Amino acid sequence: MPKQFLKSSFVSITTVLAFTTLIWYAAAVYLNSAVLIDKYERHKVEWDFSKLVDDSWSMDRPIMPAPHQIVFDLNKSIFQQKISSKRSLVYHGWVTISSTMVGFAMGAILGILLAVGIVHVSTLNKSVLPWIIASQTIPILAIAPMIIVVLGAIGVTGLLPKAIISAYLCFFPIAIGLVKGLRSPNPMHLDLLKTYNATKSQFFWKLRWPASTPFLFASFKVSIAISLVGAIVGELPAGARAGLGARLLTGSYYGQTVQIWSALVVASLLAGTLVYLMTVLERRVQNRMGVQV
Amino acid sequence: MKKSAILNWIFSIGFVIQLLFSRDWMFHGEGTLWYALQPLLASVLIIFRPTLIKSMSGIFMISLLIASGCLATLNSVHSAEPGTLSWGIWLYVVTLLGLIWQVMGLWSGVDTRLNKKTAVAINLLVPVLFGGMLLYLWEMFTVGFKVPQVLLPPPSLIGIAFANSLEILWADFQQTFMKAVLAGFFLGSGSGFVVAVLVDKIPFLQRGLLPLGNLASALPIVGVAPIMVMWFGFDWQSKAAVVMMMTFFPMLVNTLTGLKSTGRMELDLMRSYAADYWQMLIKVRLPNALPFIFNALKINSTLALIGAIVAEFFGTPIVGMGFRISTEIGRMNVDVVWASITVAALSGSLFYALLAFLERQFTGWHPSFRVS
Repeated sequence: MPKQFLKSSFVSITTVLAFTTLIWYAAAVYLNSAVLIDKYERHKVEWDFSKLVDDSWSMDRPIMPAPHQIVFDLNKSIFQQKISSKRSLVYHGWVTISSTMVGFAMGAILGILLAVGIVHVSTLNKSVLPWIIASQTIPILAIAPMIIVVLGAIGVTGLLPKAIISAYLCFFPIAIGLVKGLRSPNPMHLDLLKTYNATKSQFFWKLRWPASTPFLFASFKVSIAISLVGAIVGELPAGARAGLGARLLTGSYYGQTVQIWSALVVASLLAGTLVYLMTVLERRVQNRMGVQV
Repeated sequence: MKKSAILNWIFSIGFVIQLLFSRDWMFHGEGTLWYALQPLLASVLIIFRPTLIKSMSGIFMISLLIASGCLATLNSVHSAEPGTLSWGIWLYVVTLLGLIWQVMGLWSGVDTRLNKKTAVAINLLVPVLFGGMLLYLWEMFTVGFKVPQVLLPPPSLIGIAFANSLEILWADFQQTFMKAVLAGFFLGSGSGFVVAVLVDKIPFLQRGLLPLGNLASALPIVGVAPIMVMWFGFDWQSKAAVVMMMTFFPMLVNTLTGLKSTGRMELDLMRSYAADYWQMLIKVRLPNALPFIFNALKINSTLALIGAIVAEFFGTPIVGMGFRISTEIGRMNVDVVWASITVAALSGSLFYALLAFLERQFTGWHPSFRVS
C-alpha cells in the first residue's frame, strides 16, 4: 500500500507543486534583493540575510511577489469586496467569462457550420480548408486591440467585440476537429447505411454526427481555453475598464505587481475550471450515448 | 435546360435585366463594357457547348473570361463618382459570384489521379481563386459602398501603403520577427525539448509534470507579458522571454507524448539487439516522436508571433510590429496598420509553411502523408 501510494500521480503532482513553490520563494528573494539592498544602503539601515528575506517577501510593489502575498491579495479582492465593486475580482472575472462564453458559442456555431459544409461540398473542401489553416497564422490576438478600437468606432462596444475575437480563435480547432470527426466513420458502417438506402441527412444524423462527438469534445476543450485568452487580450486596449485583461493593464501601468499576479491566478483557475466542466459534459454525453469508457 | 448550366442561365438572364434597366455602370471607365461582355460569352459557351468544360484548356479559357468580368466591375467602381452607381452593377456582381463558384467547382472536379504535377497545381489554384474572390469582394464592397477608410481600407490602398512604407515595415520585421520571435521560439522549443527528454527518463517527474504541463498549455500565458516587460526591459529581450514561456509547454507536452508513442514491439526488438538507452532514444524513439515534435513547432510558430506582438503593447522601443500597430491606429493611419498586419500574416504563413515543408522532409514516412 505505501509503495503504491508513493507511485500515485497525486504524490508526484504535489511534490512538483511543492518544489515549484520553494523555487518561487527563493526566486522572490533573489529578484527583489537588488532593490532592497539598494534601499538599505541609501537609508543606511543595518541588515542581514534574515531581514532581507523577511522584507523581500512583504514588499509593497515587489518585482516578484511571494505566493502568500498573492493569496492575501486574492482573499482581499475576492472575499472582502462586494461582488459588484470595481475592486472585486469576481466582478472582473464575470465580465471576462461572459464574453468568453458568448465568443465560444459563436465560434462553435461557425466552426460546426464550416465543417459540415466542407465535408459535404467538395468545392468548399478544396477552396476553403487551406484558408481556414492560413487564417490562424494571422496573429489575431496581436491585432485584437485594433479590432476593438475599430468596432468601437462604429458603435459596437461592450461584450460583442471581445466575443468576436474569441470566436475567431475558437472556430478553427472546432472546424478542423469536426471535419476529422465527420470523416471518421469506417467504410463498413458507411456501406451498411448505403445498403439501407439511407438519405444524406440520415447519414449525417445517424452516423457521422454521433461518430464525431469524441473529436468535437477534444476540440471544445482546446477552444474554450483559447476563447478565454481571446477575451483577456480583447480587454487590453486602454478603453476597457472591466475584466481580467483590464486588471492586467492597470496593474502594469501603476506597477502593482501583486494585482497582475492575482489576475493571472484567477485567469488560470478559470481556464482550468472551464476545461474541467467540458470534460464533465463530455463524460455525461458519452454515458448517454452508451460509450464504454 | 441542364442543371449544370443553371448558374450560367441565371447570369445571362441577370445580364439582360441589368442591360435593359440599369446599365449606366458599364459606361464608366475605359473599355468596361467590353470587359463586362466576356463572362456572358463564357456563359453562352457553357450553355451551348457543354463539352468545352470537359478539358482543362477549356476551363482555363472560361476562367480568364470570368476574370475579365471582375476587371470590368473594378474598373467601373473606381472611375465612377462614389455612391452614384445604381443596382445594376450589384446584380452583375452577385451573378458573377455564381460563375466564380462554378469555375472553382470545375477546377476541383478535374481528374488529377493520373498526373501528380497537375494535382499539385490545382490544389494550389483553387484556394488562390477563393482568396482572389475574397479580395475582389473586399475591394468592390469598400469602394462601391464608400466604407470609411478608418473602418476598413480597400486592399488597393493597403497595397500602396505597403509599398510606400517598406523601410519602416522592414525595420519592424527585423525587430519583432528576427530578434524577439526567432530567439524566443528557439529558446522555448529547445528548452521544452530538453526538459521533455530529461523528464522522460524519470517516471516520477513524468507523472507529476505532465498533468501540470497540460494545464499550463491551456493557461493564458500571454498575460505574463507585462511582468516580463518589467523584468527584462523594453527591448526585444522581454518579448523573447514571453515567446519562450508561451512555446515551452506545447513543446514539453508534445515531445513527452511523442516519446511515449513508440510501440512495444519496436522497443523489444531494440532490447533484443542489446541497444542501450541512447541508441534507443536516437534511433527509434526520437524519430517516432518527430511527428509530435513538428506538431508542437507548428503550434509554436503562430504562438510566438502573437506573444511578441502582444508583449510590445506593454512597452517597447519605437520600432516593432506591435508598436507600429498601436501607434498608427492612434494616428488613424489605418492603411499602415493593415500593411503591418499583412507583414505579420505573411511572415506567420511563411514560417508555418517552412515548418510544414521540413515536416514533410523529415517525417515523409509517416502514415498521415500517405495518399489514400
